[in-house]
Amino acid sequence: MKVLKEVVEDISQVFGDQVLIEEAAGFTVIKVICPQVLLLMRRLKEIHGFNYLANLTAVDYRDRFELVYHVYAVPENRGLVVKTSVSREEPVVPSVVSVWPAADWQEREVFDLLGISFEGHSNLRRILLPEGFEGHPLRKDFPAER
Amino acid sequence: MRVLSAERMVINIGPQHPSTHGGLHAETVLEGELVVDMAVHVGYVHRSFEKIAESRTYSQYIPYTSRLDYLASHLPTLGYVQAVEKLAGIAVPERAEYIRVIMAELSRIASHLLYIGSLAIDLGATTGLIYCFRDRERIMDMFEMTSGQRLIASYMRLGGVAEDLPDEFFPAVKSFLADLPQMLEEYDRLLFGNELFQARLKGVGRLSAQDAIAYGTSGPNLRACGVAYDIRKAEPYGIYERFEFEIPVGTEGDCWDRTMVRVEEIKQSARIIEQALRGLPGGDIRGKVPRVLKVEKGREVYHRIESSKGELGYYIVADGGEKPYRLHIRAPSFVNLMVLPLISKGGLVQDVIANIATLDPVLGEADR
Repeated sequence: MKVLKEVVEDISQVFGDQVLIEEAAGFTVIKVICPQVLLLMRRLKEIHGFNYLANLTAVDYRDRFELVYHVYAVPENRGLVVKTSVSREEPVVPSVVSVWPAADWQEREVFDLLGISFEGHSNLRRILLPEGFEGHPLRKDFPAER
Repeated sequence: MRVLSAERMVINIGPQHPSTHGGLHAETVLEGELVVDMAVHVGYVHRSFEKIAESRTYSQYIPYTSRLDYLASHLPTLGYVQAVEKLAGIAVPERAEYIRVIMAELSRIASHLLYIGSLAIDLGATTGLIYCFRDRERIMDMFEMTSGQRLIASYMRLGGVAEDLPDEFFPAVKSFLADLPQMLEEYDRLLFGNELFQARLKGVGRLSAQDAIAYGTSGPNLRACGVAYDIRKAEPYGIYERFEFEIPVGTEGDCWDRTMVRVEEIKQSARIIEQALRGLPGGDIRGKVPRVLKVEKGREVYHRIESSKGELGYYIVADGGEKPYRLHIRAPSFVNLMVLPLISKGGLVQDVIANIATLDPVLGEADR
């Protein structure tokens, strides 16, 4: 997956030590501190043309949650990964719905299954599980069988 | 003279409604016949597929992926095995690659045939369904020959496919491809050439290219808006870069274009199958895969394919064990449904049915 060098240079210049950029699993991965997520995403979309949020999900690493965003420029097909970590005690991440409406249901899904809140999401409700369900099944401390 | 007032009324379309293609619930606010607001609810067939993955080995999970998009089950299975192969560095023999392409494209045709048939019945043209199902049946028969299963085949394996193609498969697929132009012509005369059918679709449920991209819409629904984006071309997986085919696109992004793009895609898939049959080499159908497959900690993959519904992605994180630490399915049906209120607002209530049918969601995949 080729990412323009200018993108990487611009992002590291603007965000300095708030980002860590590396190559992993065939992608350029931008790790960003949680409070800067929205600013970074806006810049990726508005300045660098990453207009398509393909995938948004999260992983429970037991000591923290990691949010993973796969963003692309369509149709020219440039892609990169953005990651951010958030504590399990206070899992709140800025919502990116204002950047890509595609985040709407995907953030609701992460909220539903992992219990991560998205600040600025106007309709943060469960989406796959019924209202009133207790717990968040994709957390590692949620037993697979009960 | 009495003035007719149109009071606001909430109509629940689904979850138990035949035209919702599964458990889809569109809570629709109407003023008379006009749709003024809509909230879409999903989750009725949620089966915890991502949680289950964490307690199954990499190969035990294959049958689950078949049950995502059960209308084109080779496609989600293909996406999954390729994701794991990428993650674990498993090689696939040439013959298996070709068989996979044949099966994947047959699945796409089957899915699009079902789309045409179910669209027809949703619009009241019951006969259309019978014709499309008659023809789709021949593909189901081919799946039965190769995997023993018609609908949820679980035919892909890590490093290849389950069984080689049986002898009777070749005449079946060749005669199907030979008859395909005639089938499409028949649908043309029966459905697409029909003025009423056209009137129900043209200019209905329009989606702009900009909105489609912003909402993450993918697959035929995106291409109907004029965006020539197909993952088979943009980021070829397997051996797709070896085949010649075009990306059909629409111009209006309406229900009609979403339908026509799929009709054209059927022809392109047939072209790919013909090329794959010509190029099909001999040899093994399965590569070497460790009996106990463990993937080292810290490895992860995001692999996406062009399924019949759009971008189907698997994000898998490994932890050194035999099971995925985390598996996420980026389901095109789930993301595509987000535009339903957008394209339905301002339209008529009966057009909601056409909009749902032409977005072509499969709820098993949307809800996972």
